[in-house]
Amino acid sequence: MDLTELKALAVAEKAKFKPLRVHCCTSTGCQAAQSLEVKNNLAQAIKDKGLGDRAEVVGVGCMGFCGRGPLVQFAHDDQLFETVTPDQAEAIVDVLAGGEADLIKGDPEHPFFSRQFHIVRKNSGNINPDRIEDYIAVGGYQSLYKALFEMSPAEVVAEITASGLRGRGGGGFPTGIKWATVAKMPEGQKYVICNGDEGDPGAFMDRSVLESDPHLVLEGMAIAAYAVGANHGYIYVRAEYPLAIQRLETAIKQAKRYGILGSQIFDSPFDFKIDIRIGAGAFVCGEETALIHSIEGKRGNPRPRPPYPAQDGLWHCPTLINNVETYGNITAIVEKGAAWFSGIGTEKSKGTKIFALTGKIRNNGLIEVPMGITLREIVEEMGGGVPDGTIKAVQTGGPSGGCIPAHLLDTPVDYDSLTKVGSMMGSGGMVVMDTGTSMVEVAQFYMDFCQEESCGKCVPCRAGTVQLHAMLTRLLKKQATLADLETMEQLCYMVKEMSLCGLGMTAPNPVLSTLQYFRSEYEELLQPMPTMPDNHALTV
Amino acid sequence: MSTTAPPAKPAQAAPKAGQTDKRFKILDITMKRNHYRQDALIEVLHKAQESFGFLELDVLEHVARGLKLPLSRVYGVATFYHLFSLKPSGKHSCIVCTGTACYVKGSGKIVEAIAEDLGISVGGTTPDGQISLATARCIGACGIAPAVVFDGEVKGKLDAPTVLARLATLKDQQEA
Repeated sequence: MDLTELKALAVAEKAKFKPLRVHCCTSTGCQAAQSLEVKNNLAQAIKDKGLGDRAEVVGVGCMGFCGRGPLVQFAHDDQLFETVTPDQAEAIVDVLAGGEADLIKGDPEHPFFSRQFHIVRKNSGNINPDRIEDYIAVGGYQSLYKALFEMSPAEVVAEITASGLRGRGGGGFPTGIKWATVAKMPEGQKYVICNGDEGDPGAFMDRSVLESDPHLVLEGMAIAAYAVGANHGYIYVRAEYPLAIQRLETAIKQAKRYGILGSQIFDSPFDFKIDIRIGAGAFVCGEETALIHSIEGKRGNPRPRPPYPAQDGLWHCPTLINNVETYGNITAIVEKGAAWFSGIGTEKSKGTKIFALTGKIRNNGLIEVPMGITLREIVEEMGGGVPDGTIKAVQTGGPSGGCIPAHLLDTPVDYDSLTKVGSMMGSGGMVVMDTGTSMVEVAQFYMDFCQEESCGKCVPCRAGTVQLHAMLTRLLKKQATLADLETMEQLCYMVKEMSLCGLGMTAPNPVLSTLQYFRSEYEELLQPMPTMPDNHALTV
Repeated sequence: MSTTAPPAKPAQAAPKAGQTDKRFKILDITMKRNHYRQDALIEVLHKAQESFGFLELDVLEHVARGLKLPLSRVYGVATFYHLFSLKPSGKHSCIVCTGTACYVKGSGKIVEAIAEDLGISVGGTTPDGQISLATARCIGACGIAPAVVFDGEVKGKLDAPTVLARLATLKDQQEA
C-alpha cells in the first residue's frame, strides 16, 4: 500500500460514515453500566424507526466523562446524553429524528470539555477502536508513512527532541534524549517497549488510550522503532485490563493484514512486529528494568541503573521504553511538526497531559489539558468542585506522589512545579480529597500499598516500608509518641535515599508530603499527655 | 517458523496422573505455540491458571519440565505475581477494588462488610467453596468508584448493602 492508496482508503471509509452517527461509549467504565445493551438497543431502535439508511450507532472509545456513563453523543451536533439506560434508546433515536424527549443531557460546552486540548485523545470517543478502517479514515498511519518515506531516522529523532516531549509515565525524562541514546547504539538487535503497566491506583489514562485508540499507540511505536533502528516491539499491559488487551490484539491483527505491521511495511525495507505481554499483577513492573525482567519471563525485580535499558535492556540489547501516552503523542508531532507541539504548554513542559480526575469531585473522568493549567482550574472549573464539603487536598502521582493542600491549588500543572510542592506529575492520577479525609489514613493507605508491592530485593524498601506502615498504624491507634514521629521522618529519608528503584525512592513521598502540609493531624494523634483528673473532681 | 523449536516431547517423562487430563493437553498446546520458549513462562502460567483455576504443584512441575526450567524458577515466578494463586479459589469471585479513588469513596467499608457477612478475610474462600473474596490494586474504573468485579464483570458506584445483595443472589443461583 502506498500513500495514495492509504488516502483513498481514508476517503472511501469516511464516505461510508452515515450522516447521523450516534457514538456510544464502550469502554470499561461505561460497559460496567450496561453501555453494550444501550448500543444494541440503539441499533435496534434505528432499524425499527426506519432510519437505517442515514443513521448508525457506533461503539466508540472513552469520551472522558466516566462518572456519568454510559455516554451517548451525536457526532453531527455534539448533543450529549448522560447516564443513559438501555430503555432510553428509543427516546434517543426520537431526538435523532428531530423529536423531543425527557433525557439527561450533558453540556458539551461545559469547562470539563471546553478547557481540554486533545492530542493523544483526539480520536477517543470518535472512532470505533475495533476497526482499523475507522482509524485510517481519520488520517491514521499517514504519520508513519511520512516518517518512513520523507524523513531519515535521524530526522525523526531530531524532531522528537525539538518538540520537547517528556516521558508521560511520571519521571518526565526527555523522550528525544532516550531515543537518541538507543539510536546511537551500534546496529544490531534492538527492541521497542511500550509500558502499559499502569499500576498507580487512581489512574486509568493508559487503559483508556489503549481501549479507545489502540492504533495510535501502535503507530507511535512503529515510528519509534524506525527512528532507533528496532524491528521488534513489545506492549506490556496489565492483566487487570482485559478489554485493552483484547482491542490491542485485534488492532495488531488488522494492521498486519494491511501490511502496516510485519515485514516490509508500506513496501519499504522497514520491518516491525509487535507482541503483547500480559502482566500478572505486580506494581513494581512499571519500573523499566523490572518490566524487562517480566517480559523475559522472570520475577519482576528491578536492577541497578546504569546501565540504562537504552544501552543494555531486553535480552541485553539496546531497548527503548516509553509509556503509552508518550507513544500517543508521536504521530501528532510527526504530522504537525515539533514547532507546533512545543507551542503548547509551558517552557519546560511541552504539550498536554491526561489526568484521571477522581475521588470526591463532582465531575469524574479523564481530561487532557495543556501543561501549565492550574490545579484550581482543573478541580474547581472542570471538576466542578467537591459535591458536599470543601476540598482539602489533591493527590497526584499515586503512591509515588504527594498530597497538595488546598491553599496551593494555584500551582500550575507541569513537571517542575509539582515536584517543587513535594508531589510529582506521576502518570496522571489526580484524586481529590475533602475535609472528611484523614491525611494520616491516606498516608497509611499508600504505605500499605508500597509494603505489599515492594519486590523485596533491597532492604531499605522491603523492611523500611513495613516499619513505616507499622509506625503509621501505631500512630493511628494513638500509641505513638513524638519520638516515634521523629524516627518515622528519619526513616522516610533513609528509605528515599537508599532504595534501589523508583518504588522505594518515592514510597515515603505520601508520608513526607502529608507531614509537610498536615503536620497537625499527625500531632493530634500522638499519645496524649497524662490526663488531669476530670473537672468535677477538681472543683469539689 | 516452528522448525527451529527445540526437540520437544510434550508428553515426555509421563506426567503421571495428569496425562489423561485434558487440561494438561491445553497446557502442552500453549507451550508448543510459544515454541517452548522460557520467556513465555508467564503466558503459560496465565493459561494454566485459567484452565486449572489455581496452580497446583504438579501443574508447576509440568510447566517446568515442558519449558526446561528449574522448578525453583517456576515457583519463584508463580509466587511473585499477585494474580497467580497456589490455593484453590471459590466458584465465584468477588474482587473489591481498593485503589485510591475507590478507597476515598469507601471501598474499605465494603470489604469489611463482605468479610463480616461471609465470615472470611481477604484472600479467603467461604467454607462451602462458593465465594472467594479478594482485593485489587485499582482496576482502572476510577470514574465509577467504588467498583467491584463479580466473576469478571465490573460493577461500579456500589455500596455495602448492594454488594451483599449481589453476593446473596450469586449464592442462591448456586443452590437453585
